Amino acid sequence: MATVSAMTPAKTGFREILSRPAVGLAVAILYVVVAVLFVFMLDRRSLWYPLASLVIAPIFLLSPLVVASLSMPRIARIVLLVVMFAVVMPVVGISNPPYLELAVQISIFAGLALGLNIVVGFAGLLDLGYVAFFAVGAYLWGMATSPSETIFTENAWTVSYWASNPDLSPLAAGFVAFVQSGAFFFVMFIGIAAAGLVGVLLGLPVLRLRGDYLAIVTLGFGEVIRIFARNLDSPINFTNGAQGLRNIAAPPLPGFYISFTESIASVLGLRVDNPAVLAKQLLFYTIGLVLLFVIILVCFRLKDSVIGRAWTAIREDEIAAIAMGVPLVRMKLLAFASGAAFAGAIGVLYAAKQTFIDPQSFILLQSITILAMVIVGGMGNVKGVVLGAMIITLVELHTLPNLSLQLNALRNAGQLNIPTQLDPAKYQPLVFGFVLVLMMLFRPAGLLPEKSRRLELMERNEDDELPKEEPISDAVLVDGSVPQE
Amino acid sequence: MSSESLSPRQGGLLDPLIQSEAWQRFSHTGFYRFIVFPIGQIIVFIVAATVFLTALAYLVALLIPEPRPNIVLSDQISRQLPGMVISGISIGFVYAMVALGYTLVYGVLKFINFAHSEIFMFGSVIGFAFMNFLSSAGVLADWNPVVLVIATILISGIASGLLAVLIERVAYKPLRNAPRLVPLITAIGISFILQDVVRALASITINDFNLTYPTRNIAFFQNPIPVVIGTNEVRVRMTSIIIVIAAVIMLLALNYFVNGTKAGRGIRAISMDQATSGLMGIPVNLMISLTFFIGGAFGGAAGALFGLNVGNVTPYIGFIPGLKAFTAAVLGGIGNITGALLGGLLIGMIEAFLNGLLPYFPAIGIRYTDIITFGILIAVLIFRPSGLLGERVDEKV
Repeated sequence: MATVSAMTPAKTGFREILSRPAVGLAVAILYVVVAVLFVFMLDRRSLWYPLASLVIAPIFLLSPLVVASLSMPRIARIVLLVVMFAVVMPVVGISNPPYLELAVQISIFAGLALGLNIVVGFAGLLDLGYVAFFAVGAYLWGMATSPSETIFTENAWTVSYWASNPDLSPLAAGFVAFVQSGAFFFVMFIGIAAAGLVGVLLGLPVLRLRGDYLAIVTLGFGEVIRIFARNLDSPINFTNGAQGLRNIAAPPLPGFYISFTESIASVLGLRVDNPAVLAKQLLFYTIGLVLLFVIILVCFRLKDSVIGRAWTAIREDEIAAIAMGVPLVRMKLLAFASGAAFAGAIGVLYAAKQTFIDPQSFILLQSITILAMVIVGGMGNVKGVVLGAMIITLVELHTLPNLSLQLNALRNAGQLNIPTQLDPAKYQPLVFGFVLVLMMLFRPAGLLPEKSRRLELMERNEDDELPKEEPISDAVLVDGSVPQE
Repeated sequence: MSSESLSPRQGGLLDPLIQSEAWQRFSHTGFYRFIVFPIGQIIVFIVAATVFLTALAYLVALLIPEPRPNIVLSDQISRQLPGMVISGISIGFVYAMVALGYTLVYGVLKFINFAHSEIFMFGSVIGFAFMNFLSSAGVLADWNPVVLVIATILISGIASGLLAVLIERVAYKPLRNAPRLVPLITAIGISFILQDVVRALASITINDFNLTYPTRNIAFFQNPIPVVIGTNEVRVRMTSIIIVIAAVIMLLALNYFVNGTKAGRGIRAISMDQATSGLMGIPVNLMISLTFFIGGAFGGAAGALFGLNVGNVTPYIGFIPGLKAFTAAVLGGIGNITGALLGGLLIGMIEAFLNGLLPYFPAIGIRYTDIITFGILIAVLIFRPSGLLGERVDEKV
């Protein structure tokens, strides 16, 4: 666990008070309660609803990170997080479905950013075509279930065909049962394997490249995958070309999700028109959260393992790493493969959630968006990358659209007249461009920098004031205990 | 176009000529170094690329004589050859001019200016803006086409050059000592900013970001010129000729600048050793800005010529030509000016040949032309990362 105070030494009294476990716990609970109250206070008919929601959604959605950052007893943290994820989030999500959608998207993109973080942050290989692996997973599930007229539907090879035409032969019936229960997760594993394989295939030719050349080749690779997705509708229709795959199936919905949704809605006094839709969102929320949790766990374990240290060595100095006996080829391929594998799994989830994918979902901007998450959060730092994914996803899917909605509402109310060409939602690339440039100029190590990278980037600018060795007794661990000598 | 390649090799066929005193005297005159030699080089490159690709195409025709029933590939090649060569040369010069921007900056800063493709786009949009201004003032048709082309190239070149200098000052200069990935990421950010700013300006001012050059209606630019080669007649577009002439003139000027002036010597010195040239009194920052200006001006002028040729530009046109020009720079050997020229011509020719002949292969089709360019890029980077004309550089520890 990183120390909070090592980053900003506990000099002020405020921080010192905050670092006490009891205070931390109290502040965390207070924060969560206030955030939830804010969400319930939102009035959807108000003229200023988009602006209010724009402020409150980040406050609410960042609360798990606040809980994870404040110092408190470990048990309290775990209990609080479980309560947040299992109770608070679903309840708020049912009363305010867009927030549930945001939570799902955040878990999807945080997982993607963590996968890219393995390649860029851990191993230092700049990959600008990361979205290609995401596309592999998404197309896998899309082709397996979409009713679009691909070769798979024509030959009745799709999962949905098997599910809707239960044959009489026992083998087929057994297969149908399997498809209805677990095909999604099965395909997810295939997605992991397929994307990992594609990652190795990309990794092999670019092993010798580094830095900017690698970036350009991976960018080209991402485009190649997209061009294939767009053009593989003839002579044999695999991907349905530019029209994309529609009506992609969702994993089967367990019955208790619907009853849970209905009972929560009735407790809150809400009228839910179609509980199945909301319940499906809850299902995606669960899958996304579990997937993200697994990815975070794998990232932490990888980082501290032999493999993770080999990656760090490669990132810092390739030649020195070879000299120290790091198996360069294997480690680089492993970095590409594991980063790609995460993207493959999440691609399957993404296709199921969006129910529609086309080549436009996997353009360069998407790769850059994921890269921006890694950079904003802090390359190499797992917690930072999750924070970066939250911020960027919120900006992309909530802040900018809500600004547009607000301007629209004001325009319709006749209070403000801004030309529609300046609609903020259209300027997402501009905002991300500025984010990238400003971050690189003023905070190249990210919001929550990884320790070694912070030192590396700071010693260039502040030669005279190299970070001094902190006296260890000043440092307080995140969970509030004073480290033992 | 470096002067080192002038030094004669021993034992060649032309030895008696090269060692003759008259030739020695002639080869040291400015006329030879800055006019005859570079033009000769361009012609050699064009001929070499044409011969190489034609041979390759006929080889394919030998292996697959009839890709589609009743279509004999070799007949199609000989029928289309002049057209493909001409369009290959003209697009090749555009790529070469953009590739020069990559290669100059790489030579000086050892850094790939990712935002260069957007400079190219900016140049094409400025060219549009200028012509649109003239057209809305109602004087476009009155201008002499030659003057119009020169003015467009100058304006978009200078504007793009200044933009490149500005980008360097704001986004790259503060990061000169940062790890190499850092300026690359800012460059990506800059290119997104440029795309969106241009789109915003275009959609506010003319309510559309699909920009159609008003030269569409001018007969001088649109009416093709019939050229008879052998038995078949080829229609050459005026814009292709304009591109070739403008590019050759600009390349000659660049060659003179880099190899014949004091500033050019400064740039060459910095590309060899930045720190030492600073100690020798070369104003390093000024020279770097100058390099960006020249690279940007070439990219912008190429953008305007490209826009004139295709007639329709958007804020998003930079990406693919930029990537192809980058491939050209790498193919020729990045950091090497002659290499950029050779690479650009080769990539342009390859593209023209693919566009001309791939339609006869229904299974592949023209849709995959871009993938083939990426394939070339990856192949070059793997098998000959120093490019065709570049020197092998050992990894410094």
